Amino acid sequence: MTSPPAQPVVSVDHVVKVYKSTCAVDRISFALPPGSVTALLGGNGAGKTTTIAMIMGLVTPTEGAVTVLGASMPQRRYQVLHRMNFESPYVDMPKRLTVRQNLAVFAALYGVADVDERISELTHDLNLGEFLDRPNGRLSSGEKTRVSLAKALLNRPELLLLDEPTASLDPDTADWVRARLERYRHERGATLLLASHNMPEVERLCDRVIMMKRGRIEDDDTPGRLLARYDRQTLEDVFLDVARGRAEDREAAQ
Amino acid sequence: MTTEPTASPPFSMRRVNAMVLRYWYLLRSSLFRILELMYWPAVQMLMWGFLQLYLAENAGFFARAGGTFIGAVLLWDILFRGQLGFSISFLEEMWARNLGNLMMSPLRPIEFVAALMIMSIIRLAVGMVPVTLLAIAFFGFNLYGLGFALAAFFLNLILTSWAVGILVSGLILRYGMGAESMAWTIMFIFLPLTCVYYPVTVLPDWLQPVAWSLAPTYVFEGMRHLIIDHVFRADLMLQALAVNAVYFAAAVMAFMALLNGARRTGTLMQIGE
Repeated sequence: MTSPPAQPVVSVDHVVKVYKSTCAVDRISFALPPGSVTALLGGNGAGKTTTIAMIMGLVTPTEGAVTVLGASMPQRRYQVLHRMNFESPYVDMPKRLTVRQNLAVFAALYGVADVDERISELTHDLNLGEFLDRPNGRLSSGEKTRVSLAKALLNRPELLLLDEPTASLDPDTADWVRARLERYRHERGATLLLASHNMPEVERLCDRVIMMKRGRIEDDDTPGRLLARYDRQTLEDVFLDVARGRAEDREAAQ
Repeated sequence: MTTEPTASPPFSMRRVNAMVLRYWYLLRSSLFRILELMYWPAVQMLMWGFLQLYLAENAGFFARAGGTFIGAVLLWDILFRGQLGFSISFLEEMWARNLGNLMMSPLRPIEFVAALMIMSIIRLAVGMVPVTLLAIAFFGFNLYGLGFALAAFFLNLILTSWAVGILVSGLILRYGMGAESMAWTIMFIFLPLTCVYYPVTVLPDWLQPVAWSLAPTYVFEGMRHLIIDHVFRADLMLQALAVNAVYFAAAVMAFMALLNGARRTGTLMQIGE
């Protein structure tokens, strides 16, 4: 006898989001199984950020349902927010607080049991030691990203949402961040959803890619199957095919 | 891994304390911010205090009404600085582009508001206590000599300041930083209408009901009764409390409606500098 399929960590069901007269997300559906790493890909205005914001409960869908860890969003968000977290280079941590102060505040907000011990663990894992007592505003981009990642991992989230986690980082630091994310996923069995424009990052981290264009899901598959289907060597070429409508042109020509 | 939602406490003092700690770290990190809290109240108190001294020397009524201007300016500062303390703490999140982190955390709106209320009292204390001591030193006006009346005045003024602060925060959440100027200016409409420096009877008849619809009017009237006639008007304080209860509840409801509106329109995603 086989066990029933695990309940999805995130379920997006026929979701529509309309801002005034603009349809940002147009009837999309997908589900993220536990432990999966999924990328949302798409050009500017494709609807990735709005989709992630609806999953976080920051934006209310116009139609459809978003369920996270069994709770419908945004109505029942407070039942699950302590089990998820997010990281984005576009959301800052307070600049005049030290790294330690920032982490202590967020640890308390997330209900972390032993704050000092958890900060110590993260300091060790993410090499924060040399700037732990420095104000956040005096950190380099790479250091800020590490702090932001530490904040995102404080509560050992089951669901981690990442918005371009390695944007504006040098290749070495970006690689370092990806390695930490991979390790966290394996250790915790966490589910990751990331929006990224960095195709090598997506190929390395993700076992599934959802390609969006003008608010719709254009394709949804594993990186390997997408490469095969579009007959391309890299996800970047697949991305360009979808973004520029070359796949449709090719189908029409055939 | 379970995917069943679990209950989280609807109100957590730990989360409130975390936010207060965050603002306290911020406040103590800059001596200039602390000095700024005292600067304007001190300037205003000195200016009105010397004016009152001058008038007392030249007009019999003002000699009898010694302390009304200084009392008024100190109570006005409780109202104004209370709201400003609330709003500035809220604006710190906007300026720091930290609101996304908070809105994605388990922090509930009511806990956020509670932390802002506590911070407004802390900021008020840091700014006003030295100024009240200056008033004693320069003019012999002891605000604490008002005793229980001062507690009643303070309670009513701080409730109004919170109600206004909550409403302004909701407007900023909903309409973005374009509404920031409200935080700095909205309270000034109370200055003429709540009759801070003169009795309500000075206003034209048609404007007096407007004045009485505002809770601080009862406090400033009460203060004048106390200083000039040496009578504590408990009835005025109770009426102020009733008006405040209505305004506070309305402000909380408006805040929640504006927050939900921000979720619908997506402005929570765009908020920042």
